[in-house]
Amino acid sequence: MVDITQEKVENVGPAEVPEMELYHAHSWWTKYVFCQDAKVIAIQYGGTAVAIGMVGLILSWVMRLQLGFPETFSFISPEAYLQFVTMHGMIMVIYLLTALFLGGFGNYLIPLMVGARDMVFPYVNMLSYWIYLLAVLILVASFFVPGGPSGAGWTLYPPQAILSGTPGSGAGIVLMLISLAFFIVGFTMGGLNYVVTILQARTRGMTLMRMPLTIWGIFTATVLALLAFPALFVSAIMMTLDSVLGTSFFMPAIVEFGEQLAYGGGSPVLFQHLFWFFGHPEVYIVALPAFGVVSDLLSVHARRHIFGYRMMVWAIVGIGALSFVVWAHHMYVSGMNPYFGFFFATTTLIIAVPTALKVYNWTLTLWRGDIHLTLPMLFSIAFIITFVNGGITGLFLGNVVVDVPLSDTMFVVAHFHMVMGVAPILVVFGAIYHWFPLMSGRMLNNAMGQFHFWVTFLGAYLIYFPMHYLGFVGVPRRYWEIGETSFITTPIESLNAFITVAALIVGFAQLVFIYNIIVSVFKGEPAERNPWKATSLEWQTETVPPGHGNFGEEAPVVYRWAYSFSVPGAVDDYIPQNVHPDDVKKIAAAEGD
Amino acid sequence: MDFFQEIRTKPWLESQVEIDNERSGGSYTLPSVKVGLRVFVAVVGVVFSLSVVAYSDRMTLADWRPVPEPLLMWLNIIVLVGASVAMQWAVRSAQRDRTSNVEVGMLIGGACTLAFLAGQLLVVRQLDELGYFAPTNPALAFLYMLTGLHAVHILGGMVAWGRTLLRIWGGADAQQVRMSVELCAFYWHFLLAIWLFLFVWFVIT
Amino acid sequence: MWVAIIVVLVALGSLVFHLMTPWWSTEIASNWGSMDLTIDITFWVTGPAFIIIVLFVAYCIYKFRAQSGAAEAAPNSNHKASYEPENKKLEVWLTVGTAIGVAILLAPGLVVWNNYVTVPDDAVEIEVMGQQWQWGYRYPGADGKLGTTDARLVSGDNPFGLHLDDPNGQDDILVEGDDLHLQLGQPVNVLLRSLDVLHDFYVPEFRAKMDMVPGLVTFFWMTPIRTGRFDILCAELCGTGHYAMRGNVVVDEKADYDAWLAEQQTFAQFRASLQDKSKNVKSVAMNDVIEDKTDGGSPVSPVAMNAAMNTVGPMPAHGAATR
Repeated sequence: MVDITQEKVENVGPAEVPEMELYHAHSWWTKYVFCQDAKVIAIQYGGTAVAIGMVGLILSWVMRLQLGFPETFSFISPEAYLQFVTMHGMIMVIYLLTALFLGGFGNYLIPLMVGARDMVFPYVNMLSYWIYLLAVLILVASFFVPGGPSGAGWTLYPPQAILSGTPGSGAGIVLMLISLAFFIVGFTMGGLNYVVTILQARTRGMTLMRMPLTIWGIFTATVLALLAFPALFVSAIMMTLDSVLGTSFFMPAIVEFGEQLAYGGGSPVLFQHLFWFFGHPEVYIVALPAFGVVSDLLSVHARRHIFGYRMMVWAIVGIGALSFVVWAHHMYVSGMNPYFGFFFATTTLIIAVPTALKVYNWTLTLWRGDIHLTLPMLFSIAFIITFVNGGITGLFLGNVVVDVPLSDTMFVVAHFHMVMGVAPILVVFGAIYHWFPLMSGRMLNNAMGQFHFWVTFLGAYLIYFPMHYLGFVGVPRRYWEIGETSFITTPIESLNAFITVAALIVGFAQLVFIYNIIVSVFKGEPAERNPWKATSLEWQTETVPPGHGNFGEEAPVVYRWAYSFSVPGAVDDYIPQNVHPDDVKKIAAAEGD
Repeated sequence: MDFFQEIRTKPWLESQVEIDNERSGGSYTLPSVKVGLRVFVAVVGVVFSLSVVAYSDRMTLADWRPVPEPLLMWLNIIVLVGASVAMQWAVRSAQRDRTSNVEVGMLIGGACTLAFLAGQLLVVRQLDELGYFAPTNPALAFLYMLTGLHAVHILGGMVAWGRTLLRIWGGADAQQVRMSVELCAFYWHFLLAIWLFLFVWFVIT
Repeated sequence: MWVAIIVVLVALGSLVFHLMTPWWSTEIASNWGSMDLTIDITFWVTGPAFIIIVLFVAYCIYKFRAQSGAAEAAPNSNHKASYEPENKKLEVWLTVGTAIGVAILLAPGLVVWNNYVTVPDDAVEIEVMGQQWQWGYRYPGADGKLGTTDARLVSGDNPFGLHLDDPNGQDDILVEGDDLHLQLGQPVNVLLRSLDVLHDFYVPEFRAKMDMVPGLVTFFWMTPIRTGRFDILCAELCGTGHYAMRGNVVVDEKADYDAWLAEQQTFAQFRASLQDKSKNVKSVAMNDVIEDKTDGGSPVSPVAMNAAMNTVGPMPAHGAATR
């Protein structure tokens, strides 16, 4: 990033994308299906992600039924259980959260928030979605092949992922790897759009430091994804070759059930390094957009600028950079060189500092604000609580020696669900309640929303907070059944059953949410143009929902940052980014009239 | 003002507002497609560098047996350099508005590239016949994988190349295809650089 | 108001649960009490931080919540939020405070980790070998040295893949299908090996764990400080039977330990006894399971597998490897 131009470029007009270059739909098919408009692509991405996410949710119910009530459901065999675990993890992390934040919110919000008429490469953007859909379909297809989907855990560690002792080690794992490769190809196409649109297609006056933090979060996450997914791509190719052609990239000499296999010399730990070189940035690929979105939700609904905007930007960029040098904290007990532990524990705990700073700034945004307890605000508050909780348990696991007793136990499961499951999903919900009026022109039903919020927040907390303590007891993860052991002195059945019941109830609340969306699209109360009185550009479009080309004849010109809330001297408690300074109603002038 | 200076500004200050209001949107004066291609090239670069990191890690393990580089690989490099040179010539021609030279340059570039791909295939066949093919020979597996990955990226480039050529045949003049030719040439230079890097790597290991 | 109260209840409820929980680390049986200590330190640093942040959020919600209707009534006076884009001093202090907190967590953690990866000189070596889905153990025997191994050598009459020409291996004591025995107070360096996939040797009472990687020998060390019989679990997903890959470790007083060890077979004795017996020792049940698997036919049913694991006697587990 060296040749960013700061010179005054007077000859570039405000309309960055001339009208004639815009893509125009000519038929129903190109308007609603093979559409190149980022807003339609966003909804396609979002819809597909939520649909596959529902599959992931149902899988989690089945897993919880087995854990909560073992030996009750005969259809949940150990094989099936592992397959559910694997598919649930992979779906939720990659196909739901990554796709929803970047493909869904990224596509919808980037052009609108930076004042562009569309993404810079609309055709590539459309391809991105269709390749993503193909990846999802391949993943789903693995349910129906002989042997079923892979049961190797979402980390897909070799050698077991491709050996016969693991369910789905034949067609299942190969389809999984191919699906991932397609996902990465599709994502790269979308990611190019997000990055270049943010860099190049911002409207006049929209400097980097005037962008809403949502865009900063999505931008940094996309850069991370573009640099991290290649590691998964390479390892997926190599493992596919190991599986199909019998190469030995990751496969050492193996005696499987007493039989010598032809593999030899490969390194399973090498796969883990590659996987986590992708896998840890992946956590931030999900978390950074959530950080950005929640910053904006808090600011708008507390009627206050985000506190310490510059630090928030630095923290996002800093966390993004640091996330590439912490990967091996997932591998403290993997058998890698133990001296790596010193380095990675240190970098991991350092990353806690910018993260904590973000938390402080969120709470300081509430402090001396004017807090409207709307649904987006409630979800944001819930995010802060769950994220702090999950971040703190991250300090346990990141500190290498504390990780030794806790790794591979339910503590880990509770930690990552709290920090990258519950917390970002709460932001997703908050964001949907916040931007639904923009996308549909209607409000979501508040009563159903309140029910959804309280059940989801409190329920998820009740699921995952006690689960940490199972980890302290020593209950390992990915166990079909634990049974009687020497170390479980207080029976855990009651707690497991309680967690399962809570999970079922929380899952049910999501059905209410989906029902709310479907009903509100058609029958919701019509929304005002800018119901939350937000300042950022997406609410300043000519029509709501924004039409083709997003803005009217003239692209908006930006005169201030995105956080002009409660500015002293102004009449309104918000000043949209594109209002000319002469048009801002000043208090003195108002009193003079 | 670079990125790190820019993110130190305080956008809420009156003095900063005046500066910012004068700014046009984009960060780079380059056209967006060129920025896009550079980002893409960076991503592909990461793919290959991670592969090489994996290769060097795998190399340290006990069963590593080096594989010879057939003479043909040297010839392939010359052919690929030829493709790059032809592409660059096409760019120069486009900048000087000589449409017919652009066409010739693109055709030579494409022909060289196809020759390179055919040559790569022959290399794989030769190594097979030499009896080096055993899936468990990791050096060979890496060589095949990286050759294949590189070839796939070239094939992707050939799509853009074909579209550009079709536009020339459809009557587009040098000015209209100049951007496409420049992008093709940039991508070809990049893939040449990648292959040179990989080849040097194969030779020294 | 209600929201603030519920947020306070979340903080207090978490605290009460933490203080009252009946689910907590089981009584330790190794020297790694320092790991428990680092966990306690982490709780002491992070617990108050969590409570303070959540209570602060609750305070903000209570104190700075918008009064409904007020905004519409008086448009000119609706600036309830203060305008203060940043406060450098405050942020610097918060950063410094956080950094100190992190250092308090990290420093003892690294010290203990250094102990964990530095094996004391007086530690005796034993080997634990994992395979789907059972454990095998090897003691160095009279010479105190473990023989070298290679997975390529593993077969029915050489279940651990020992080099036959390595004299150190001849007196190695092989234990299969029986408990692992450790001597109270004797530091052991546990060498870990796997024949097929990743496993992880985990005894919750010992706190320590480490993955077993095929092709590598990994290790951890510890000293048992309490006699008893504890469960060994596999803590790294290793396939269908992962949950059933259990074993037991018995910590004995020295006398009991020596008596037990004297009863075990050395590698040389094992080879000799094999030559006496017919070669076709095999476990029918185990073979059936394996044939099921290798045919890619019906998957192992847990019952069949458990049955197989129970019927498998000490040695014949590897009799399955009739090639």
